[in-house]
Parts: sequence; C-alpha cells; structure tokens
Amino acid sequence: MDLVLVNLIDGLVTGLLLFMLSAGLTLIFSMMGVLNFAHASFYMLGAYFAYQISIALGFWMGLIFAPLIVGVIGAGVERYGLRRVHQYGHVPELIFTFGLALLIEELVQFIWGRNQMPYQIPDVLNFTAFAISGNSIPAYKVFMIFISIAIFIGLLYVLTKTRVGMIIQAALSYPRTVEALGHNVPLIFMGVFGVGTSLAGVAGVIAGPVLGTFPGMAFVLGSIVFVTIVIGGLGSLWGALVASLLIGWITTFAKSYNIRMEDILNGIGFATPENLDDNMFRDIWAVTSPQIADILPYILMVLILIFRPYGLFGNRDA
Amino acid sequence: MNNPMREDQITTDPAKPAQRMRAGSMTFAAMPWVIAAFALLVMPFVFTDNSAITIMNQMAITIIFALAYNMLLGQGGMLSFGHAVYAGVGGFACMHVMSNTDFFAMLPLPVLPIFGGLFGMGLAMIIGSFSTRSAGTVFAMISLGVGELIAACSVIIVAFFGGEEGVSGDRTYGMPFFGVEFLQQIEVYYLIAFWLMLSALLMYLFSRTPIGRMANAVRDNPERAEFLGYSSRWVRYYSFIFSGFFAGIAGGLFAINYEIVTEENLNTASSGVILLVTFLGGVGFFFGPIIGAIAFTLLQTVLSLQTDLWAFYAGTLFLATVMFFPGGLAGLLMMHVPAIRMGKASKLVVPYIITLIPALIGILGLAALVEMTFHFRHASFGDEEMTVFWTTFDSHTAMPWVVAIGITVVAFAIMRRMLPTLKSAWAEANAAPKANASSQANSSSQGGAA
Repeated sequence: MDLVLVNLIDGLVTGLLLFMLSAGLTLIFSMMGVLNFAHASFYMLGAYFAYQISIALGFWMGLIFAPLIVGVIGAGVERYGLRRVHQYGHVPELIFTFGLALLIEELVQFIWGRNQMPYQIPDVLNFTAFAISGNSIPAYKVFMIFISIAIFIGLLYVLTKTRVGMIIQAALSYPRTVEALGHNVPLIFMGVFGVGTSLAGVAGVIAGPVLGTFPGMAFVLGSIVFVTIVIGGLGSLWGALVASLLIGWITTFAKSYNIRMEDILNGIGFATPENLDDNMFRDIWAVTSPQIADILPYILMVLILIFRPYGLFGNRDA
Repeated sequence: MNNPMREDQITTDPAKPAQRMRAGSMTFAAMPWVIAAFALLVMPFVFTDNSAITIMNQMAITIIFALAYNMLLGQGGMLSFGHAVYAGVGGFACMHVMSNTDFFAMLPLPVLPIFGGLFGMGLAMIIGSFSTRSAGTVFAMISLGVGELIAACSVIIVAFFGGEEGVSGDRTYGMPFFGVEFLQQIEVYYLIAFWLMLSALLMYLFSRTPIGRMANAVRDNPERAEFLGYSSRWVRYYSFIFSGFFAGIAGGLFAINYEIVTEENLNTASSGVILLVTFLGGVGFFFGPIIGAIAFTLLQTVLSLQTDLWAFYAGTLFLATVMFFPGGLAGLLMMHVPAIRMGKASKLVVPYIITLIPALIGILGLAALVEMTFHFRHASFGDEEMTVFWTTFDSHTAMPWVVAIGITVVAFAIMRRMLPTLKSAWAEANAAPKANASSQANSSSQGGAA
C-alpha cells in the first residue's frame, strides 16, 4: 500500500510535467490548427537557458527569466517563421516546426556541446520532505507538484475569468468575428504562441535538474507530449490534463511492478508452450511490464485513435 | 490547358493551392527515362572509385525511398513521420530470407527485394486500415506513434528485429544469377540500378493511373472528390499501401547492399531524414525527390567529411527551403521553364552571376564564422589553430574574425545592390508578349524569392 502511494506521487510529478508541455501545445493547436513539433525543443531551451542563468544569478532568477526568454523566442518564431509559412497550408507548417525542432537540437549542440550539463537542484530544496515507510520523497518533487498546480490554476483562471481569456476563447472559435470586433487576432495568436512556449520553458527549468539537461531531452519527451494531446483530444485543455496524469501513472506503475506477460497469458487461459526457446512468439512470452513501460503510451494512443478518433475529451476533427 | 505556357505556370505560387503541388502533364515522354537508364549504365565507368560506387548505391536506395515517400506527401498530401518503418521492416524481412539458407539457395538475389516490398506492403495494409481515415494532423500523429511503437518494439521482439545489434546476413549465398554471385560492389550497383529504374518507372506510371490522379484530387479537395463519388479514404489507402511496397523495396535493397539492418533503419530519425530529402528536392514534381536524394547524399557524404556541423547546415537549409522555396529544388528549376520556352533565359545569365557569386561568398563567409565560433568554444585547451577553406590560422586572435566578418558583410552588401537588377531581369525574361498583368506581378514576386 505504501508503495502505491509513492508511485502515485511519482506518477503525479511525471503527469504534471507532461501537462505543462501539453497544455501549451494544445492551446496552440486549438488556436492555429497546427501541431508545434518544436514544442519540446522550447522545453529544452528553457532548461539550457535556466542552467546558463543559474550559473551567474542562481536558480530562482533562472526560473523567472528563462521562460520569459523562451516565450520571446517562441513569439518571434510565430511572427517571422510560422506566419510566413502559414500561407502555404497546413502540411508545410507541420514540416516547418519539424525542421525547427531539428535545428534547435543542432543549435543546442553547437552552443553547449553534446554532454549533459551539470544543472543542479538548488540547495534550498535539496532535502527530504517526508518519507513513506522508508521511501523518501525529495522536497524538489513537492516543489514541482506545487509549481505545476499553480500554473494550471493560473491558466484556468486567465482563460475563463479574465477579459483576455474571453477574447482568446472567442478567437479560438470565431477568429474572423473577433477580428471584425476590432481585436488584433494575429497579435493574439502571437501571444498565445509565446505563452505556450514559455510554459514549455517553465517545464524545462524545473525538469532540467531531475531528468538531465542534454541535447536529447527534447526528443525523449517530445513524442510523448504529442501522444498525450492526441489521447486527451486535440485542443482540449481538460483532456490534456487527464491524459497527462493517465500516462504519468501508467508508466510509473508499469515500471515499478514487474508484471510478466507469461502470467497474464496463463491467467487468461493460455498454457506456456513446452519448449519456449524454439517458439516463434518467445519474445512475447518473455515481455515484462518495465520493458514496455515506455511504449505503453503509444499503444494507448493507437487504441484510442482506432476506437475514439477524437481522443478522450476532443470534439473536433483535426 | 491548351496553352502550354499557362500549364507551366509555376507551382510555388502560394495563392493557387490547386497548382501548388500538381504533377507534370499527362503525356508520357520516354526520352528522360532512356537518358536516365543510359546514365545509370555509364556512371560506374565515369566514377570507377570504390567509394564512389558506395555513394551511388546509397543514392539509388535513397531515391527509391524518397519517391515512395513522395507518393504520400507530394501526390497524396499525407505527411508521414514514420515512413522508415516500412522500409525497415522490408529490410528485416529480406534479411530473414537471406538467413534461411535452404530457401535462399533456390532464390536468385535480384528477386529478393520483392519480399521486402511485400512485407512493407503488408504492414502498410494493417497500419493504413486505420491511419488513412483522415489526412492532415491525425494521419501525421498516427504515423509518428506507430513509428515510435515499432522502433521501440525492435529491442523487445528480438526474434525478428535482432535487438540492438540488428540482423546481418550474407547476400552471396543466393542462387547465382546467370553466374553472378554479387561478391563485388559493382554487381550490387547494377542490381540496385535495375530496381531503381523499375520502381521509378512503376511509381511514375502509378501516378498516371486513375487512382494516382484521384490521389491528387483527394489531396487538393477531399470533399469534392467525395461528391464525385470517390471514397477519399480508399484512395488514400491505395496510395499508402503502394508507397509501403516501394519503401519495402528500398529497404530490401538496403539489406542487400549493407548486409546488416538495425533499429536505426526504422527509427524516427530515418523517417525525418527521408522527409527532409523529399521536401528539399521538391514535392510538386515527380523528379523532385530524385534531385533531393542526389543532393542530400552528396551533402551528407562530402560535407560530413569536411565538418562536424553538417547536420546543422542541413537543418538550416531545410528550414530555409520550407520558408522561402516550398517548391524545393525542383520547383526552383521549373520556375525557369517559361523563360527558356520564350528563349529569353540568356537574359538571366549575367544578373544571376553577379548576384549569386557574392551571395555564395557571403554564405561561405557565414559558414566560416560558424566554424570559427564552434572551434573557439569547443576546441580542447591549447589547440588554437584551425583550418577553414585551406587557410590555417589561430582562432583566438582578432585578425581572422575581422577578415571573415569583413568578407561576409561586403559580399552580402554587393548582393543587396545587385538584387534589383536580377529582379528586373527576371520580370523581363518572364514577360510574355500577351501575358496579363497578374502573371507578371506573380513572376516578379517569385524573382524576389530567388
């Protein structure tokens, strides 16, 4: 039971981290109808900028300024890159963000090299918050949970309760009408893109010390983020939240409990073949859940797309 | 359509989505194919070097794969982020046929790629049954997810994918084909060249069939195609499985050429590379991916010998292509057809020379600056000498920087000065005697992009 609690907390941390990325991505998608392939690259930029700032000014300045810089870069990408490509259609837009992701990875390698950066948890947070029957929970994880929840509540408040949020929501569904009412819709698009990428930047700042700051970090998380928003339903903020938590928990639990495929198959009535080593399906029999933990989200996504193409909470066709 | 000039109005005009990615005319011209076949025959006599033949083999395989990919992207409007899976699975299938010695001993090697094709096709039939339901973002996402899934499976299902070290085999165990045992690289070259001609021809003919034409229609306007009575889903499905077949052939040829297939053949990075190759070459024309594959392979092999940063340059080139020339290299070439038809192309030669040479020097200057920055930051301590463009200097002194920045700035300044000349020359060369005002404005804006 205690282990379940520890796993719940670990899964929550992973899920909320995913949510910070997928929230921005899904907002951008519902606004412009384009999936930003470079979204995880902005997350990586956030981590690297925060590392660079933390050397000079400490972790907290990094937490404040790195997302701002990332947001400005994101807005610049929208203004000078994406808006230009937009006229060619959706497919070139996707290809553009894909190319951008490649280029940012190369750029990061160019500036910081291929090795992992020694980006550390700040000393203030480097202690054990509490322990559950011998499993210690670091304070930094608690900090990550609080930051993510604060951001989620803030985002929800801005989107549903403020005037800016109302205009954004209106621009999501009826951009032309909103434009006719005198609002600068391209500016709103740029702003949403900037905010979305800076959210990814925040995720990078707080995940960098735990998951490691290295040039492959965008790639590791990138495709999982897409899977998340596809499962949650493209364009749905609540869907993104649910799917992020779902994926966080599924992968954590699959990693910590060693469930073997042999036991499952035996359980549903298949007997283990006599000489397993010669069997064609020997690899399937030998599969264990930690082995497939990382691909479970993809399996889930394929299943969702087959049986519920709009995702869990989605209501529009992409 | 009767006026040949109108028909060749070029495809990079974003205002005309219907024309943007259209294929060439309906007629089948045999001449380019004869020339291509002849070139393929003669190439090994021109470049006799063993490494040159290796490069040509790789090029030919990339061409087949890129053409197969363009059946989706260019002709069907489906953007796939996981197409390497079909080539990879084809390659693995061929590898397993090769290791099955009894069966392989009865099989001439040139037939082997068919197995790769069939396996790629079979996988595409399964995946396509749900992924082709819609084009656009959903298709792209499914292709990405399936690609990641199968790439991840390669370390789990060791019996088929061979785990981390992959599967290797020996092509020479096959039944001798008219006495040829494919021991030498040159024999493999001719095998690959044969399959290149055959698959390119088949893919071209596929694009001329009614189903190929309908793929274009579905790409441009699926709703309208549905109203005409075609199921856009089935049209996409057919394109998808044929594309999977030819991708599998490319994978099979890869297996024959390198005699080893690993996880690298099906991961997302390879899928990204083939997207890059195809888009660089141009998705709007059938021959676009061919140019792209040749250019990219040369870039990869030649540039990667010269610099560690070649992937950075390739990425920059790719992004610049997407932003400024969505028609790719092929689109850029075909922009000149109207001027050549009118016999005014000669007017462009001088403006091109005086604009492009400074531009080229400027770009090389930028590249030198990039290399110097890289060396300055990453060279080991005490290693302060570097060589760029056959000049050796100390990257920690000011002089080389001043020179490089000076050359770059001056070159770009000259290019800026010359740009109006090129623009007006372009407008003049494309000004048809009876052309209307809009097409003129249109071509001058393209000149601006060039």
